[in-house]
Amino acid sequence: MITTVDLTKRYGRTLAVDEVNLDVREGDRYGLLGPNGSGKTTLVRMLLALVYATRGSIEVLGQPVPRRAHEVLPLIGAMVESPAAYPHLSGRTNLALFDAAGPGGRRGSRRRRIEQALDRVGLAGIDRRPVKAYSLGMRQRLGLAAALLREPRLLILDEPTNGLDPRGIREIRDLMTELNAAGTTVFLSSHLLAEVEQLCTRVGVMDRGRLVLQDELATLRGPTGRVVLSTSDPERAHAVLDGRVESREGDRLVVRHDDPAELNARLVAEDIRVTSLGREHRSLEDVVLEATTTSSDRVDEQRPPAGAAERSPRSSGRIQGAP
Amino acid sequence: MIAVELAKLFRRPRMYVIVGLLCLLPFIVAIFLATTRIPPPPGQGGAFLSAVLANGALYPAAAMALVLPVFLPVAVAVLAGDSIAGEATTGTLRYLLIRPVGRTRLLVAKLISMIAFVLFAIAMVVVTSYLTGVLMLGTGAANTGGVVLLPPDVTSLSGDVISPAEFGLRILGTIGYITLSMLGVAAIALFLSTLADSALGAAMGALAVLVTSQVLVTLDAAEGVKPYLPTRYWLAWIDFFREPIFWRDIERGAALQLVYVAVLLGAAWANFKTRDVTS
Repeated sequence: MITTVDLTKRYGRTLAVDEVNLDVREGDRYGLLGPNGSGKTTLVRMLLALVYATRGSIEVLGQPVPRRAHEVLPLIGAMVESPAAYPHLSGRTNLALFDAAGPGGRRGSRRRRIEQALDRVGLAGIDRRPVKAYSLGMRQRLGLAAALLREPRLLILDEPTNGLDPRGIREIRDLMTELNAAGTTVFLSSHLLAEVEQLCTRVGVMDRGRLVLQDELATLRGPTGRVVLSTSDPERAHAVLDGRVESREGDRLVVRHDDPAELNARLVAEDIRVTSLGREHRSLEDVVLEATTTSSDRVDEQRPPAGAAERSPRSSGRIQGAP
Repeated sequence: MIAVELAKLFRRPRMYVIVGLLCLLPFIVAIFLATTRIPPPPGQGGAFLSAVLANGALYPAAAMALVLPVFLPVAVAVLAGDSIAGEATTGTLRYLLIRPVGRTRLLVAKLISMIAFVLFAIAMVVVTSYLTGVLMLGTGAANTGGVVLLPPDVTSLSGDVISPAEFGLRILGTIGYITLSMLGVAAIALFLSTLADSALGAAMGALAVLVTSQVLVTLDAAEGVKPYLPTRYWLAWIDFFREPIFWRDIERGAALQLVYVAVLLGAAWANFKTRDVTS
């Protein structure tokens, strides 16, 4: 669906995107994670031919971008950064103008498609109020409706749940899952770990313009080879499992063990009562923190030689991108 | 896309405010003329202003002479300066481009909507000022017998007469010429609008060019560059009301504006086509 090879964008002396090999497959719910300023938005803009790459190539839906962008873009629904609309016009008029502006939006079905899209994002009841009277969340929903107007094969969304309340976030997440189940590939960028963790099947992590990690979420969150258990008798459990216990905190033990079932059987055989027991998984947060260096909006005093040396050997053997 | 641009233009309340203000200026002048009946001294004041006292039907031409030097170019510069930079500021530019609307197409649509605005504005000024002139100043004795007396402060020989149909044709020629002149202004502002991040900056830049040009036109020391200044032939449309029509300046002015439009649109296109849209 989306493949980039050595994609690089340089603004003057800053390297916004640095040799990114993105690989989004058909049917994915792909989450691009990264702190603010890590190059996510620039990458998304390059995929949509808004920004031209300094080096490298992009292929979207099998076509090179930006060369064949005019063929690819009609099949994509997208939201780049904040949603935008003409503030003095109503939401419906905005959608109608937007639909009429480009190819592939048939006039006969326009009204029906607009109502459908508004219904999907939960704005079916909006009146003729101008967009300038909308709340931030309503604008966000309107932006999503614009992206859904022509039943796109690929959705590219930059921070889609910005400005929504928890219930709104949940609705949008359900909508994404529903669309994805119906065959739409979803590519979203976010700095919210929880959002990506709950919605996506594949994850890419950007850090200072580089894609430092790209893998299936299930693989990233694989078991750590440890079991976490709680028991009413931690003293004895500790004694029985001596040597395997890595840490103990009240009645909660972390045990190095591959098979929770066997561990449970052993404890029960010793007549130790277990209240809970399960495999420990790596959290996405751990994975991301491990892969990224520092928050990019943090401004530390510059110590150029040491910092540069640390970063220069391409530290990530972890990139598992496309060839 | 062109239809969309026109819809956006005509659904925008501020456009009507601008046109309303344009129509208001000749109206205010007409009130003073009608109540005092004091004509400006010959050779001073706006063209046609003394003639309209004799014949109110000439007032559209006088109104054009009133709005053209400052008011209309300011309105065009503001709207054209807003065309790309304004879309960039509201963020709608990126959504238009990924819709996708080709960048060339978008520029052409913007320019066409500017032509539509100028034609609409001039038409409104002509209609309202004609009504104002006829109702407040009267058609006078000059119009009796179904002919229009060309005003002596314009024609070399006073007292030339043309038929009302001929007068209408000449008004149309004037509208065409002024539209072309304003297209030159629009091209300057549109080019700057693809360069600048702010609509205000683009409009200011275009006005700076026009003001500089207006100053140089009056400066004898700048004789060498005068024929190439964008505002040099702006008032050449007055020659449409001479008998016979004095074509030389009209032709030069039209050719000059066409060159300006072609060069600046080319520059705007080259810049916009290759630019990163980061707004």
